[in-house]
Amino acid sequence: MSSETKQILTTDGIPLEISLKKAERKNKIKAFLLVAPLLLFLIITYIFPIGEMFTRSIDDKMITNMLPKTFKSMETWDGKELPPEEVFASFLTDFKVLVDNKEHGKLAQRLNKEKNGFNTITKKLFRQVKRNKIDETQSIKEQIMKVHKRWRNVEYWQAIKRTAPPYTSAKYLKAMDMYLNEDNKITQVSEDRRIHRILWLRTVEVAFFVTVFCFLMGYPIAHLLATLPMKYSNLLMICVLLPFWTSLLVRTASWMILLQQQGVVNDFFVMIGLVADDNRPEMMYNKVGTYVAMTQILLPFMVLPLYSVMKTISPSLMRAGKSLGGTPFVAFWKVYFPLTIPGIGAGCLLVFILAIGYYITPALVGGASGTLISNQIAYHMKTTLDWSFASAMGLMLLGGVLVIYWLYNKLVGVDNIKLG
Amino acid sequence: MALPKYTETRYRIWHYFYIAICTFVFIFLIAPLFVIFPLSFNAEEFLVFSEGMKNLDPDAFSLRWYKDMVYGTKNPWGLAAKNSFIIAIFATLGSVILGTVAALGLSSRHMPFKGIIMATLISPMIVPLIISGVAIFFFMAKAGLAATHTGIVLAHIILGTPFVVITVTATLSGFDHSVTRAAASLGSNPVNTFMKVTLPLILPGVISGGLFAFVTSFDEVVVVLFLAGLENTTIPIQMWTGLREQLSPTILAVATCLIVLSTLILISAELLRRRSERLRGINR
Repeated sequence: MSSETKQILTTDGIPLEISLKKAERKNKIKAFLLVAPLLLFLIITYIFPIGEMFTRSIDDKMITNMLPKTFKSMETWDGKELPPEEVFASFLTDFKVLVDNKEHGKLAQRLNKEKNGFNTITKKLFRQVKRNKIDETQSIKEQIMKVHKRWRNVEYWQAIKRTAPPYTSAKYLKAMDMYLNEDNKITQVSEDRRIHRILWLRTVEVAFFVTVFCFLMGYPIAHLLATLPMKYSNLLMICVLLPFWTSLLVRTASWMILLQQQGVVNDFFVMIGLVADDNRPEMMYNKVGTYVAMTQILLPFMVLPLYSVMKTISPSLMRAGKSLGGTPFVAFWKVYFPLTIPGIGAGCLLVFILAIGYYITPALVGGASGTLISNQIAYHMKTTLDWSFASAMGLMLLGGVLVIYWLYNKLVGVDNIKLG
Repeated sequence: MALPKYTETRYRIWHYFYIAICTFVFIFLIAPLFVIFPLSFNAEEFLVFSEGMKNLDPDAFSLRWYKDMVYGTKNPWGLAAKNSFIIAIFATLGSVILGTVAALGLSSRHMPFKGIIMATLISPMIVPLIISGVAIFFFMAKAGLAATHTGIVLAHIILGTPFVVITVTATLSGFDHSVTRAAASLGSNPVNTFMKVTLPLILPGVISGGLFAFVTSFDEVVVVLFLAGLENTTIPIQMWTGLREQLSPTILAVATCLIVLSTLILISAELLRRRSERLRGINR
């Protein structure tokens, strides 16, 4: 039948199929044009800069551009013994350009990061160059080697060679408390200097326990809200929604007042005789403060998804479970609980993702033992100005969040995000 | 939540235990907000309840911190409040316009690459704020917009649009597209149809998205910390500085005002949600 039917034509004489396709394409373009302004805006101001964070974090072009001739002549040097005359000569040429541009200090700083001791010998070389002490008609190698004994040490030339590639993974290794040693092997920094790994672990630990606390506290009240008659539950819902809408800093401030040594919580503990008046425990500027404040601040994000799932579970299911001989506990565990798992997944991952990137609350109530990786990122952005290191740590954190988010999407589905 | 008479003792105990836990959690959630309230009326400079306050002595209460907030010398709060409102209003307008238009496109069934585009549009909500802050700072520094109001407004538009996109797409999901076709068949052009038919129907979603965007901007501190100069200080920045340096009762007065504001926002958001559900024909 199909092969013999005449093509259906529109009134213009164009086959219907083509005409429909045309209309379809037009609609597609129309829809896309509506999204385009926002998409373009976000790509330029947001997605692209995140990409820039990546190039920044691996960028090591500065030194590559500073010593172009040196690195070129080093290509043929095997790196086992002192480099030949030619390398010394091109190094001197590069160095003179740097001295003219007053950039030799930057070079010394960068090389010193690669190997300690460069600062001194670069300064010495600078003085010689400045006084025109180096005679280019004679062996430059001999003269540079005379400037300082370290210039005679092959390890320093090897260090220069290591800085040649325009890209480096050093910042990522540093964030894991590791570095590349002389033989290009990944090595751990000495034990007393491993600060970043502690921070990563602490971040995950805090996020995990905050999620657990939020779940333990959120589940019962979400259940109560979902099962109470509407007029009561609406009233109680305010207890969840008001903190949700209240400024983060206001809530953090109130915890600072509650948890201080003369604060309400301590007063209460003294009143019921839990602690002695002269021995009030420190509850702020440590992990306890971080846990308590973050749990309260993130709790609404757990309750709301749980509530929206529990609301859809018919109460007759529990009744059926009980009437079939299950005790209330069995009926709850076998019937009700499995039905709430999508809500649990949504709530837990939402809280975990929010907690892992937390900055403000830990910075205010965390003290030294309560700071997290975000605080370290902010510290390098604002204080040490090591932006490439901050970018590297930020991207590592982002990678972690994306993995979690991908899992969340697989297990629960993004569409389950609900607001209020 | 009365229990039936035949309930066994152990379930009775369990039930009261459950009620006790719930009560504790509700207190845990809401009580911190109420601590601020009385302390902001403290006549003294300390952030603890004085003996006078515990005995409800009227002399122990005063409005001095509110006066300090408004009239205090070298007072940063006036400028901060002005900046906060200006930035939040423009950021909300920007987010609402860009977000609503994008949501209209996204809800069309003709939209190509829907999944990936949606993921891009809501990404600022998923990416931890500190990372967004770093990325936005790099852009603004390059564009020469660091430490300007424009820069902060743009940054807050980035952070606010995902909320508008999500709420408006949700409203549009229950939207009956035949009404726009009806309008078109009656000779209305697309812009007219949008203004007269679509917009009034999705307005609750648009406004509640706008409320989210407003609160996000008004409460945002991480990105502003990277971007703001002295001239662009906002209320959250002032609170942040105050909380880091010295907790003064003036901050509590400001906090009380903010709680009142968030209560108003909560009420309007709730009313809007109900209206939106009624318009979409959802009766629960």
